[in-house]
Amino acid sequence: MRRIAVVGASAAGLSAAETLRREGYDGTITLVGEEPEPPYDRPPLSKQVLAAEWERDRLALRTSADLAALDLDLRLGVAATGLELVSRTVELGDGSEVPYDGLIVATGVRPRRLPGEGAHVLRTLDDALTLRERLRPGQRLVVVGAGFLGAEAAAVAWRLGAEVTVLEPAAVPLAHAVGAEVGRMLAQVHVDRGIDLRCGVTVTEVTEDGVRLAGGEEIEAHEVLVAIGSLPNTEWLEGSGLTVGDGLVCDQYCEAAKNVYAAGDVARWYNPLFGASMRIEHRTNAAEQGMAAARNLLAAEGARKPFAPVPYFWSDQYDMKIQAYGFLRGHDEVAVLEGDLAQRRFVVGYRTGDRVSGALAVGMPPKAIRRWRQAIATGAAWHETVRTGAPAAEV
Amino acid sequence: MKVELEADKCVASGQCVVAAMDVFDQDDDGIAILLTEQIGDDQLDDVKEAVAVCPAAAIRLVQA
Repeated sequence: MRRIAVVGASAAGLSAAETLRREGYDGTITLVGEEPEPPYDRPPLSKQVLAAEWERDRLALRTSADLAALDLDLRLGVAATGLELVSRTVELGDGSEVPYDGLIVATGVRPRRLPGEGAHVLRTLDDALTLRERLRPGQRLVVVGAGFLGAEAAAVAWRLGAEVTVLEPAAVPLAHAVGAEVGRMLAQVHVDRGIDLRCGVTVTEVTEDGVRLAGGEEIEAHEVLVAIGSLPNTEWLEGSGLTVGDGLVCDQYCEAAKNVYAAGDVARWYNPLFGASMRIEHRTNAAEQGMAAARNLLAAEGARKPFAPVPYFWSDQYDMKIQAYGFLRGHDEVAVLEGDLAQRRFVVGYRTGDRVSGALAVGMPPKAIRRWRQAIATGAAWHETVRTGAPAAEV
Repeated sequence: MKVELEADKCVASGQCVVAAMDVFDQDDDGIAILLTEQIGDDQLDDVKEAVAVCPAAAIRLVQA
């Protein structure tokens, strides 16, 4: 293998490129990125960048010297537009073609939008800088969507003195992800600060003056941020013969076709640790999966390793840090393992079947949650790990 | 090799501790701390892993 193309130059693509070099691959690496910026970090966009605490120079994932040392054929500011599997060629938006022997797809996701013009989204550095210029005391901001991104942005806007309204279609924000009881607690943190949180509200479009709801009512705002989830960037793979279905579909090795792998937000792969197909939009997964895809691409037949991580994410809202390990979706039960929800210091565990499938902590020391990470990683049985009869009230 | 940690970038994920627990720990707020700056050859692979998985790009390896 002498030519490897990595399409996508954010956390997953960079991690893949670095891992190829670490593993001793010394052929060509073409790293293609749609954005003009060298690889930068996204989690701070809705946190320190929006709050104007950090400037763009702090976001670089690697120094220019570190990047140069990777000896990349770096193609920034140009998107991949097509893939020809038989001739092993990636087509780029500027009309050029990148021939490859091995390919890693790491094209990420883009924000879902609503009909109508003028709303903000929050995915790129430009998005964050544009929104933060508009966040001033007294500005009326409507955030559509009370997921983690919307909640973080609402918290920052509130701190900057904006009047914030959050509109959420579900009855309880994040209930499908973290359970109703934890979702209610997380929502209450915003309500306590004076955020106008309205649940069970469907926004149909962005208007000149704000947003319109399903009932026809209009809510006025100076600025609107739409944070209603993401769509995988797979259009460029259409017609290539690869299987696309809410992400590029891969096996447990992150392989989509012979010598074609995927990593990061765009990859839907089979995680054998949970026995489930998943697509994970977490920062840590991007780095880990980029490494796994690169190693498996280089590995000899029979030496590949399944990618079986314990997913991890965190969210910062006000002075609260939320941390979660595992695969919480589709859980059967939530139980308080340590601490107390009302005091906002706790670890809750998630049961799927009879296994500990996830844990989420707020305000707890790191060791408290690391123990549960271990239980998830080893597939510990719930009935053996979570003591029955202990004060682990069902929620 | 020497490890450098930018603690003010740390997001308290603890991924470095999972990767290299001889080299990293966390304080009570979860912020990473270095147990040692100088690392031996036997720790190099683990620390490289920690550099790669750190979600805040807060860890660097430099020539001692």
